[in-house]
Amino acid sequence: MKGSFYRRSILAAGVLASAVFSVMPFILFVSTAFKTHSQVTAIPPAVWPAFNLDFFHSAIFRYDILAYLRNSFIVAGSTTIVTLMFGTLAGYAISRLKTSWSRFILLIILSCAMFPQISIAGPIWRFLRWIGWLNTFAGLIFPYVALTLPLTVWILALFFREIPEELESAALVDGSSRLGVLGRVILPLAAPGLFTAAILSFIYAWNEFFLALLIVTDPSRQTMPVGIALFQGEYTVPWGEIAAASLITTAPLVILVMFFQRRIISGLSAGAVKG
Amino acid sequence: MRLKAQSFFLILLLPALGILLLFIALPISQSIWLSLHRVIIGLPGLGELFIGLSNYRELFQDPVARHSFWVTLFFVTVTTFFELLIGLFLALLINLRFPGRGALRACVLIPWAIPTVVAAQMWRFLFNDSYGLINYMLFGGNSTSYIPWLALPNTALAAIITADIWKTSSFAALLILAGLQIIPEELNQAAAVDGAGTWRRFKHITLPLIRPALLVALLFRTIDAFRVFDLAFVMTQGGPADGTNVLQLYGYRKLFVEGLMGYGSAISVVIFIIILFLAVLYVHLAGRRLMEARI
Repeated sequence: MKGSFYRRSILAAGVLASAVFSVMPFILFVSTAFKTHSQVTAIPPAVWPAFNLDFFHSAIFRYDILAYLRNSFIVAGSTTIVTLMFGTLAGYAISRLKTSWSRFILLIILSCAMFPQISIAGPIWRFLRWIGWLNTFAGLIFPYVALTLPLTVWILALFFREIPEELESAALVDGSSRLGVLGRVILPLAAPGLFTAAILSFIYAWNEFFLALLIVTDPSRQTMPVGIALFQGEYTVPWGEIAAASLITTAPLVILVMFFQRRIISGLSAGAVKG
Repeated sequence: MRLKAQSFFLILLLPALGILLLFIALPISQSIWLSLHRVIIGLPGLGELFIGLSNYRELFQDPVARHSFWVTLFFVTVTTFFELLIGLFLALLINLRFPGRGALRACVLIPWAIPTVVAAQMWRFLFNDSYGLINYMLFGGNSTSYIPWLALPNTALAAIITADIWKTSSFAALLILAGLQIIPEELNQAAAVDGAGTWRRFKHITLPLIRPALLVALLFRTIDAFRVFDLAFVMTQGGPADGTNVLQLYGYRKLFVEGLMGYGSAISVVIFIIILFLAVLYVHLAGRRLMEARI
């Protein structure tokens, strides 16, 4: 960015304002986790926490936050794996089908992403109760797969489309099966797309709250967002523990964002307009 | 060979389509079916009595539902407006080249990445009536003038709107950024050579070219804002005096707290129809071009 001192100061001010807007409220909140009890409700607010770890201790041993964390890892991890498997098959098929077919199918799959969760929640709950999947991980994972599939299929179809069909023809002539071609030729080339889709699906499942609230009411199976939303103290709101739990939940996401910022942006904007 | 390949690809689609059928398409149709019946979870003996459009008639006369609709509409309008404005600003900024751009992009992504529930608890803390930072910033140590933000209907709605704008402006920014990135740099350079200033280049080059992206961001954000739930659930539980009782929260209450499957489904079908209308509008305005460009 060449230009005058004047221009550069405007840019710097904009950058500073955006950074403060984006991360400052969050830093102020999670710093509560490192405060002492009296610091939490102090006026004027204690800007510099005492780096006291009591709240983490209490969140882990009194509120059993690590159990929620484990549940979240199981649910978000399984969702990601299943959605990638189904999404790969579907995305590959769409990228190789005749155009008229692929457009139609893609439109159907993408339109599934528009539905508000509330309009499917009641019947999903009844269905899961009927097959005995309420309060199970599978009861969360499969609805999450349905909700993450549209974006996954879309991202992967775009990636597969870039891979020339001649590569497959060559492998087929060499005697590979069609599924073998997908596994050995196509997938390695589409690895960046798979990775992007995996990050986005994981974040979705990790953060989802509405269905998790309905489907899992047994505290030992609940995921982090439900735990954080329903945090109850005996007499007062346990802000320190809530902040500690929030920090623990968010840490994996912040790491993902810091390392894979470019992938996330390109994956999300795949859903946006081109042209 | 060709025909065999096509049917092979159709088989690959089956798992995905099966999941979507089971957990999206069938539930939607069942919601519509339920909304025409009287079904109460706590009273299975009642059966599933067909009552036609009675649930809808009742819904349109339900003062809480009507209030909830207006609250939601207000929420959607205000949040979408500010999210697009802030999103446009952020997108223009992170599209520039400067040292540290990657770091700023990561920062901007943070509000989008954190769980909405965490954002809700965060704003509940910052808006606290006796030790929240927002009261302190406005009134200093003078605690007698502190506002109990979450305990008054209008300020509670404002608090939820603030939280939503903070949480999702970055998503709007990413969608707009996608539009900015396809503007060829030569275009701006040529205009600059011809003597067009920053504002004129923005108005005559950037703005017309990112119009499709803005439209997508507008419709994505509108649709998503209609589904607001987590923020209201955590920050205010829909209160005070139904001041933040957004549609999805009201539907959730009827369906799962009161167990009125029929009536609650009528609410959820109405939300579905509103969003379907917006989605059709979206596909009509931008979708066709989008599909042609990419597939």
